[in-house]
Amino acid sequence: MNRIDWEERLQHFVQVLAFCLVVATIQYGFQPDRPYGPPVVYSVLIGIFIWAIIDFGRAFLPSAADTGWPRGFTAIALAAGGITAGWFIGTQVADSLCKAYGIYPPGSAPADPAADLRNSILIALIAGTVATYYFYSASRSTYFERQIGEARRHADEARLKLLETQLEPHMLFNTLANLRALIGVDPPRAQQMLDHMIAYLRATLTASRSTTHALHAEFDRLRDYLELMGIRMGARLAFSLELPPELAQRPVPTLLLQPLVENSIQHGLEPQVRGGRITVSARTEAGVLVLEVVDTGVGTTAMPSQGQGFGLTQIGERLTALYGDRASFEFDSTPGQGTRARIRLPLDDA
Amino acid sequence: MTRATALIAEDEPLLAQALQAELARAWPELQVLAIAGDGESAVAQALALVPDVLLFDIRMPGQSGIEAAAQLADEWPPGKPFPALAFITAYDQYAVQAFETQAVDYVLKPVQPERLKKSVAKIQDLLARRTATQTGDFETTLGQLRQLLGGTASAAVSAPGLLKVLQVSVGSSIRMVPVDDILCFEAADKYVRVLTEGHEYLIRTPLKELLPQLDAQRFWQIHRGTVVRAEAIDAVTRDDAGKMHLVLRGRQERLAVSRLYAHLFKAM
Repeated sequence: MNRIDWEERLQHFVQVLAFCLVVATIQYGFQPDRPYGPPVVYSVLIGIFIWAIIDFGRAFLPSAADTGWPRGFTAIALAAGGITAGWFIGTQVADSLCKAYGIYPPGSAPADPAADLRNSILIALIAGTVATYYFYSASRSTYFERQIGEARRHADEARLKLLETQLEPHMLFNTLANLRALIGVDPPRAQQMLDHMIAYLRATLTASRSTTHALHAEFDRLRDYLELMGIRMGARLAFSLELPPELAQRPVPTLLLQPLVENSIQHGLEPQVRGGRITVSARTEAGVLVLEVVDTGVGTTAMPSQGQGFGLTQIGERLTALYGDRASFEFDSTPGQGTRARIRLPLDDA
Repeated sequence: MTRATALIAEDEPLLAQALQAELARAWPELQVLAIAGDGESAVAQALALVPDVLLFDIRMPGQSGIEAAAQLADEWPPGKPFPALAFITAYDQYAVQAFETQAVDYVLKPVQPERLKKSVAKIQDLLARRTATQTGDFETTLGQLRQLLGGTASAAVSAPGLLKVLQVSVGSSIRMVPVDDILCFEAADKYVRVLTEGHEYLIRTPLKELLPQLDAQRFWQIHRGTVVRAEAIDAVTRDDAGKMHLVLRGRQERLAVSRLYAHLFKAM
């Protein structure tokens, strides 16, 4: 059974009550010579039974699990069943109530019972359908509004998380601490470091605005990052960037290699006392562009976990979105030896 | 009072120099004996030089600053007062939170002269009290380090649920070892030795990752590299030098109990 929202049911009940009174009043308006009491009693009772059957009945239908309302055939069956059963029960109860309390004024027996029955069924059918459809569409629109709100929140969270991984606070503050130190002892080098940092920050913050850039731009951003890290890690970091000039203008997705290089630093070289070397290279191989990030860090036994995983899953997802199955991503790591990440992109349209 | 001495452990050379320079301004009398670039060498140098003040970076290659301090506390020669300890960190919410709750002194990078002066004053105060009372507050430091080790580890690893069976590869097959049968885990180089009554297995999962998956009521850490099942402990003895050892039921090994965890064993 689905969860029942009691507050929502109460609201519906009040609305149904008001609607029934309106229906009874209209009915009275057409036959002002007849008393107002009976139409009110019939209308309210039939309405409440129809409402109760449909509004509580939908909680038992499995297809109503997410929107709160069933779909397709079950929806029509529920409405038809609710209106029919509600009319019968409501009419029976109203009959006995009117008799028991003498709501019919003396001498006002219906002139044409068949016509009254026809009217009653017609009114119940039309009013029941209208009201049910009204509640149905109101519920669905709040459901979709909620869905949109949630989707928006998820997107915001994802963007924030991406930014947080890119602008990792630990990296940021350590870099600032280095800058502060350099300003005192070696101002020209501090300036150089600041320039690398500005370029790195700019690239990181604008990466989401364009989807591709030239391979040499990608390598320039990597150089900014590695120079920054080089100042921090000193002799513990060695790196080389190998980009053949004929590939320099090849377009590649923006900052595709950045997470791999950061990965190599954070999880490969930083934990290793003696440091190590990172080699980033581009080459063509049988009509395919091969990009590689290789480090001599500590390596890992398992597939990268949590924090690392975010960057790596993202690479896989981006490649699939842009190239389908014509691109591939391999990640291969041996404890004590290092890590090799390799991306293959199609050369023709890349 | 002779000049106070200090040891800095910081893996980034520029930051180590900068800290030394800032310290020289905030505390001109302090003599920095050495700068270590990683946790292991920090422990070795501290044991060799016996400084009065330790300034340890948290994130270092190999051992973290907290792990290094814990190892140092364990191996510190008896009779000599334990140094005043302060940690350095660039940004680490968990660590900073832990420091706040444990009232452990810490310095944030980039080092701000004003903030450093306050830390220096606190350390000087601590050193003055230490010479006055002789005993120092080694027990407090032990407690703080114990909390820090537990706190940062559990904050970093979200509880993955308790282990019931250990999957151990023996030759080409996988043996399922019920956790209830295990007497002891012992870190050995790149492996962890798993001891049961009649067997010994090797697994590759580091002790650090294993610990959060064990029931802390039943499995006690007694040393950096040793976790034992409490019911399996037969006897605990203390030798003349004050070092504790324990023996497990059904095994011959004598396992060393670290000072950090000696508080677990008290007569009822």
